[in-house]
Amino acid sequence: MTATLQPKIVEQRQNVVILFAGDSGDGIQLTGSQFTDNNAHFGNDVSTFPNFPAEIRAPQGTLAGVSGYQLQFGSVELFTPGDQCDVLVVMNAAALKANIGKLKQSGTIIANSDGFDAKNLKLAGYIDKDDPLTNGSLTNYSLHAIDITKMTRNALAETTLGMKEKDRCKNMFVLGFINWMYSRDLKNTELFLTSKFAKKPDVLDANRKALLAGYNYGDTSETFTTRFEVLPAPMPKGEYRSITGNQGAALGLIAAAQKAGLDLFYGSYPITPASDILHELSRHKNFGVKTFQAEDEIAAICSAIGASYGGGLGATASSGPGIALKGEAMGLAFMLEIPLVIINVQRGGPSTGLPTKTEQADLWQAVHGRNGEAPIPVLAASSPTDCFEVMYEAVRIAVEHMTPVIFLSDGYIANGAEPWRFPKAADLKPITPPFATPELATKNGPDGKFLPYERDANGVRPWAIPGMKDLQHRIGGIEKQDGTGNISYDPLNHEKMVRLRAEKVRKVVENVPPLDLANGVESGELLILGWGSTYGAIRTAVSALNDEGHQIGHLHLRYLFPFRQELEGILSRFKRVLIPEMNAGQLRQLIRAEYLVDAQGLNKIQGMPFTSEEIKAAALKFLKK
Amino acid sequence: MTTATEVVQGNATPHPGYASDQEVRWCPGCGDYSILKQMETVLKEQGKAKEDIVFISGIGCSSRFPYYLDTYGMHSIHGRAPAIVSGLRVIRPELSVWMITGDGDSLSIGGNHLIHLLRRNVDVNVLLFNNEIYGLTKGQYSPTSPEGSVTRSTPMGSVDHPFNPLALCKGADGSFLARAMDRDPKHLREILVRADAHRGTSLVEIYQNCNVFNDGAFEVFTEKANKPLHTLFVEHGKPLVFANGTKGIKLDGMTPVIVDLAEGASMDDLWIHDERDGFKASILVRLFDDQGHEGAMPRPFGVFFVSDRPTMETKLNAQVALAKEKKGVGNLDDLLSGGRTWTIG
Repeated sequence: MTATLQPKIVEQRQNVVILFAGDSGDGIQLTGSQFTDNNAHFGNDVSTFPNFPAEIRAPQGTLAGVSGYQLQFGSVELFTPGDQCDVLVVMNAAALKANIGKLKQSGTIIANSDGFDAKNLKLAGYIDKDDPLTNGSLTNYSLHAIDITKMTRNALAETTLGMKEKDRCKNMFVLGFINWMYSRDLKNTELFLTSKFAKKPDVLDANRKALLAGYNYGDTSETFTTRFEVLPAPMPKGEYRSITGNQGAALGLIAAAQKAGLDLFYGSYPITPASDILHELSRHKNFGVKTFQAEDEIAAICSAIGASYGGGLGATASSGPGIALKGEAMGLAFMLEIPLVIINVQRGGPSTGLPTKTEQADLWQAVHGRNGEAPIPVLAASSPTDCFEVMYEAVRIAVEHMTPVIFLSDGYIANGAEPWRFPKAADLKPITPPFATPELATKNGPDGKFLPYERDANGVRPWAIPGMKDLQHRIGGIEKQDGTGNISYDPLNHEKMVRLRAEKVRKVVENVPPLDLANGVESGELLILGWGSTYGAIRTAVSALNDEGHQIGHLHLRYLFPFRQELEGILSRFKRVLIPEMNAGQLRQLIRAEYLVDAQGLNKIQGMPFTSEEIKAAALKFLKK
Repeated sequence: MTTATEVVQGNATPHPGYASDQEVRWCPGCGDYSILKQMETVLKEQGKAKEDIVFISGIGCSSRFPYYLDTYGMHSIHGRAPAIVSGLRVIRPELSVWMITGDGDSLSIGGNHLIHLLRRNVDVNVLLFNNEIYGLTKGQYSPTSPEGSVTRSTPMGSVDHPFNPLALCKGADGSFLARAMDRDPKHLREILVRADAHRGTSLVEIYQNCNVFNDGAFEVFTEKANKPLHTLFVEHGKPLVFANGTKGIKLDGMTPVIVDLAEGASMDDLWIHDERDGFKASILVRLFDDQGHEGAMPRPFGVFFVSDRPTMETKLNAQVALAKEKKGVGNLDDLLSGGRTWTIG
């Protein structure tokens, strides 16, 4: 390494928020995820927010094509990717324009000056080629314009790569530089590159060179006099890995299927932001995972129903528009009373909506979106690691209670990553499928016949699968006679069956761990009630407010249908209830309808998650009322 | 050849063993009774364990079929049986799976699933009951109703051009294509046995009379007086002959031509049916003339085409087996750790 020209100062920081932004072809997501990985390995807590356009390669240099990756890392426990950024890394003018509003006053901008030429300025809509890097408009910030393109090309002058390929290494220069800035070594990234480009030695060599050049640039450049250091966070002891919500969901499925002793069948039709679950699962065939890319959303869920009917664990995933198509089949699974997991990684709606942006507006669809009386348990994950736990629980309920279960996550936590203190397989709760036994062939029917719809104390029917001798029976979506499952149009039988099925689903929440507040006080002025991915922002806001002397509680719901019985009591212990949601008030209406509580809403429908400041401000305003 | 009177009309006599205890509720005289009876007979003759047989159906008159057999069965939702079958086959490739569907179920609302089932070649026997009408919804035209059909939803005649089901299935690369009819029980049983023996999607189109909403739709093929002139029963390795051996079909280049054997045409010039010839099968499925037209080609029945190619579930499960062989059977702790971990504390 080149000798340092002048000694650098090292300053400590408790937590740092960096936003990498550039064209969607600039490798921004990779840069962000690698730096995240590096910090996590170092022992920081991390939380990330990848944010990209729906187009694969939107027109270069335009605002529409800006891809971003925000991450917060710190020496303290973190629950969000941060509200405002300390550092904004921009590869072109459009990336600056789209994100400057997220930068703290006096924050640092690192800009690739090559991305601010006349063409890029025009594409970004800077009037009359008025270059923000030179026109003095950024004087409130600490601005560092570096010609990253040129320096990368220089570093790769000796390589055999073409100019286009050289330029694709720019992101490694940035990554090298940022690693220098935050006193991280390059070991992890080099390991990653070595495995990623194992079959392309020239590309590997170029990426490593660019990475090192970026690092050395920090070391040798006189512009940068200060490095920063973020010490490890006091995380609970244990072994950690990094995980995204979609990975968590996929692993949850595999783990639960294994514990239940069932073959996992995953029927899916590609859709953003759920497809990564299919990608992850298809890599794990050695766990007996059978993935099926169906011809459409309906076939995806129906194939999963067929698999569950055959004694496997059927699962399917989509996002809102695809879930809409699956509605009828969900009703079938509900009527058949077989296990099925339906995953909705929510995105902005309605219709095609905002495919790559996040929203929580499919709650009503999950709770109500079927014809007839068809209650299905609905669970929601609150963070990337929670996706694993909630998925595991969703499978347990589906299998042990013989019912379809809806698992809700959203684009924010699906793509976001955080450190995960992963469990040991042996510590995972057992899952016991209620398989029919041979004795049932003659024992449970009055005339010595098998009764496929005779229920146990939980209202659960026995799971008789094809191949089980003397348990042949016929099931269907048509109303069935209690017990036998034969077609029945008897009016009283129909009402009885509707009530029996509802009662079975109600009992799902009877034997689950007690409902605890996530944070804050047990009773008092204000309860902030949340669900899903708003967890981090609410948790951060409530901690801050209580540190300031307020008496606020935070309850976060995992079971959105049916509600837990204790919920009513908790709601009654607070004077006011505030429900922040990334929708127009869907949980609020369910809560009001169920408990006649005058809950108020904080609603953001911008395709973007809440910042903790937004929650804090709303809570304070609410308390003053 | 069996006559129509042999076909059970009205309430089916339950076969001990394979019939369920449920009362059959099709309209008296419905063609479905015959198909159910032939199915029961075939199952009984084959003697397979009842618990290893599964019938999956969609929605429609025909789709009540699974309730009447003492096997495993699912009466699912409209058009989706192929998708349910696909998932079931992947998880349970050892079962004998039959799919019961109609022209509305599989060619209209479920058309997409049917073509994908065929291209994937999932191992299932598909019995497509074609009655050229919507029965359960009381008499609207179907995707196989002839253009101009006057039905409850088309009082001035339908404007839609109908599907030729077997041509559609050939286009989707179906690996077993056959046609039979409710009124020819012996032939139907033979076809069912052939379909069951085939590994892959066996598509059997069965002309089925709906005596309530579309009575006589296939009369020209089923009634004794018309049958010889309008039907062509194809058999592998045999020349295409009809009209009680007086007429035959030869290929003039790519064009089938009717020749009169009684007036001197030679048997040696006739088209010899070869089930394995995909090109000729593409022509055979196109023998679909309106029988009212002068010089119409007879309608073929029998096994049109058979090809052996691996089923989707075989290939899918082979990948699972290969992954286990190459990577070893998955260890859950390894999966959870993901290989790149760090320790705190």
